[in-house]
Formats: sequence, C-alpha cells, structure tokens
Amino acid sequence: MLSLIGILIVVVGFMARMNPLLVVTVAALVTGVAGGMGLVEVVETFGKAFEENRYVSVIWIVLPVIGLLERAGLQERAKTLIGQIHAATTGRLLLLYFVLRQATAALGLTSLGGHAQMVRPLIAPMAEAAAETHHGPLDDDTRHSIRAHTAAVDNIALFFGEDIFIAIASILLIKGFLEQNGILVEPLQLSVWAIPTAFCALAIHGTRLMLLDRHLARTLAQAR
Amino acid sequence: MIGLEVLYVIGGAFFAAIAVLSARDASNPKRWKNTAFWGLFAVSFLFGSHLPDFVNGLVVIAMVLTAGFGGLGQGLPATTGPEERRESAARLGNRLFLPALAIPITALAGTFLFKRPELAGLVDPKQATLVSLILGVFVALTIAMPMLRARPITPLQEGRRLLDTVGWAAVLPQMLAALGAVFAAAGVGTAIGQIASEWLPNGSQLAAVVAYTFGMAIFTMIMGNAFAAFPVMTAGIGLPLIVLRFGGDPAIMGAIGMLSGFCGTLMTPMAANFNIVPAALLELKDRNGVIRAQMPTAILLLLANTALMYVLVFRF
Repeated sequence: MLSLIGILIVVVGFMARMNPLLVVTVAALVTGVAGGMGLVEVVETFGKAFEENRYVSVIWIVLPVIGLLERAGLQERAKTLIGQIHAATTGRLLLLYFVLRQATAALGLTSLGGHAQMVRPLIAPMAEAAAETHHGPLDDDTRHSIRAHTAAVDNIALFFGEDIFIAIASILLIKGFLEQNGILVEPLQLSVWAIPTAFCALAIHGTRLMLLDRHLARTLAQAR
Repeated sequence: MIGLEVLYVIGGAFFAAIAVLSARDASNPKRWKNTAFWGLFAVSFLFGSHLPDFVNGLVVIAMVLTAGFGGLGQGLPATTGPEERRESAARLGNRLFLPALAIPITALAGTFLFKRPELAGLVDPKQATLVSLILGVFVALTIAMPMLRARPITPLQEGRRLLDTVGWAAVLPQMLAALGAVFAAAGVGTAIGQIASEWLPNGSQLAAVVAYTFGMAIFTMIMGNAFAAFPVMTAGIGLPLIVLRFGGDPAIMGAIGMLSGFCGTLMTPMAANFNIVPAALLELKDRNGVIRAQMPTAILLLLANTALMYVLVFRF
C-alpha cells in the first residue's frame, strides 16, 4: 500500500503546478523506495525504462521540416486556401477532419494525423482562418480555444477510430490478456464491439463542433 | 536492418545540433541550460543502448535538475516575419503543401511496403510505421530544400525555434512512460487492484459495469495510459464480476472497457503526449487547454460506454 504514495505525489505536484519533470522523477524515486527497492536499483529501473521508451520522442525529428515550411509561409497558405471556401466554418472544417481522421484510423492508418505534422502546420491555421472569414479578427482567448479544439479533434477521432482496426496495439493487448486467463477471442470479435462507441464519439463530438460555430458567432458578435 | 537504433542515431544527431546551436545563441539568457538539457538528451539517444542502466538513470536525473528549476530558455533563431511569409506563400502557392503532405504519404506507403516479404530484411517490420515517418521527413526535406533555396543550417534553426516553444514538455511523455515502468515494478497496479476488489459492490450487474468502466477511466487518469490500467482493472473487476459471476461476454467487456479507459486519457495531464505536448506546440496560455476542450466529450462518452456495456455485455 505504501507504494501508492507516488500517485499522491503526482496528483499534488500537478495540482500545485510544479515542474512536471521534477514531480515525475520524485514520484518515481519515492515509489521505488517505498515499494522495497534500494535507491541504486530505483535509479537503474528508471534509467532503463527511459532508455527503452526513447521511441516516444523520435517524433521530434519532424520539427526541422515543419519549421522550414512555416518559414516559407505554409500556415499563411493554409489560411488563404480556407478563406476562399465560404462554406468552411470552424466547426464544419473540424468535423470533416474528425471524420477523415477517424475513418483512416479505423483502417489502421494512424500516422496520417498528429499534432506536430498536421495540427500545428495545417489544421489549426485553417480552423482559425475559417473563424476569421466569418466573424472578423479573433481575440487571444478565442484563438487559443479554437487551437485547443483542433488538438482535441485529432485525439478523439484517433482514440475512437483505431480500435476498429484489428491489428492495433490495444486490441492485441486485450486479446493477449484474455488468453492468459484462458479465454480465446478473435481480434475481429473485439474490433466489432468498438464500432458502437465510435458512432457515439462521432455523434457527441460532432454535435459539440456544430455548437462551437454558434458559440463563436455569439461571443465574437458581442465582442464587436 | 533499419530499426529503432538507426532512428536513435538520427534523433541523437538532431538533439546534439540543437545543443550546439543553443550554445551559440546569445539572445537566450538561459542558453547554457538549453545546451546542457538537449546535450544530455543527445547522449541518451546516441549512447543509451550501450550505457549501464544506472548511468542512464543519472543522465535523466541531470536533465530533470537542469530543467526542473526555472525551466529552459527560448532562443531567437533568425526566421521570417509575417509580411515575408505572406509574400512567400503567395509566390509559392499550393506547392507548399507538397513537402508537408509527403510526410504522411511516405509514412503510409512505407508501412505497407516494408511489411512485404521481399522487403522484410530491409526494415524492422515492428517499426515499419515509425521508420517510414522519419523517412517521410527526409523525402519532404529533399523536395523542400531546393524549392525554397534554403541553406543546410536553416531547417535545424527552424527546428530549434519549434523545439524551444515546446521546451522541457518534449521529454515529458517519455518520462511518464518510465514512471509507469517504476510503478509496475513497485507493485502499484496490484495495490490498486486490491483496493478496487475490496470495496467492490456485491450486488447488481449495473454496479459491476459502472465500477469497471469508471474504474478504467479513473485508473487511466492516474497512470496516463489505458494499457497500464486494463490488466489491473480487468483482473480486479471485469473478469471476476462481469464475466464469471454474471456471465457477461468477455470480448464486449474487453473492447468497451478499453474504450472507457481512453475517455480517461482525454482528461489527464499524465497523458502528456496527447494533452500537454499539443498545448505547448500550439502555444496555448493554458497548459490544460486541450484537456478542457476534451472534458465534456470524455464524460458523455464514458456514460455512453457504460450504457453500451450494460445493454450489450449480458446479451451476447
């Protein structure tokens, strides 16, 4: 039970807005010692796990090319393109991206989106431009809220699309875990039951995106 | 065979370049902290596989001590202003999208191609997607560099501009994955499983389903990862109650249980790569801005999952 102290450290540290790197490291060291490891052993476990998870940070290699294209006006071009399409509102644009992202993820094509390579250079500037076309200049709060919604669409569409694909990590994890407990299921049986939730996600978040357009119209009309 | 080790060398070279360029940027008041932080990260990428675990641990701790107090600084690499960008965008037009779209297209094509038996020896099939994504970066650079007549140093400086806006948050997802490993080694999962099964509702099917779906979401919020929560919650509640006592279908339980965990992922700063990193990347004032945008959908969807599981799991 003593090992749960790490969770407490994380919760308190995050709420107190301390530097998360510091919070996580202290939590790891304390948890290890509380769980009966020696200090050297904890540092070794932490170092080994950090080293084995380097693949998580490989994605940053995309930054030079994204930065280079931004320098040449990629975001501005994306904005111009969307500004020319009058039917494109922020909500409709994000709904279209949601459907594309969810459908491609359901086919296992999870690498077609992503925050560094799609959201920042293309989708977020387009969503902002669509709002500017319809409602005029944006204040900072509105601009940031639109950006946050763009990131949210990428996440939600990915999470509730990918499980429909039979060879995705989470499906294989469920199958493996049930197998260890003597229950055999086929990946297809699992992925079929991800479909109802996928439709719920589309319905719920799609409705919210349509309401976002109305919310933008209301708040930005008041501001003027 | 091209696998993770090659990607780590490329990544290490990139972070080492960031360290050197940061050291030479006098406009950044904290430039030596940036240099130390990205230099240490480069060491971890380049030599991590060969260093003893203890040394790897010390490298991480040194990185945390560098960035943990007062954070990192932000350099001012020479870039273009808004006016120049508008002119450049007007001049280049839609050609600008070509390199940007080359990344996902290469990633997609590579994922399929490298899994074919004829090419299986070339790229580690388990890492086909990640290798293809990074290959896409080089394809994009090959298209963009002549098109923009860029100097070789320019992409590195622009990469530094973006990496500086993300700052230490760039390392947080990897750090949290390491924390998860320490939690597992110290028996945190088992302890939570014990607590969950101790105050478990004995009674109804509905109570069992609610305990399982909400337990998945809450434990995922704590661990930052539904994959860590699934074995613990399913062994503690899902299998003994929903499947064994009430005769529910294990496939439906597993599928919707995992998706309930994903609702938790949308609501926690612990899932840093989905929630905290994009907030930094999009330069949001509020670190939790993305979580705030996701919260209503996550809660409604968790209720929907609970209803779906209750309706479906005992019927099939």
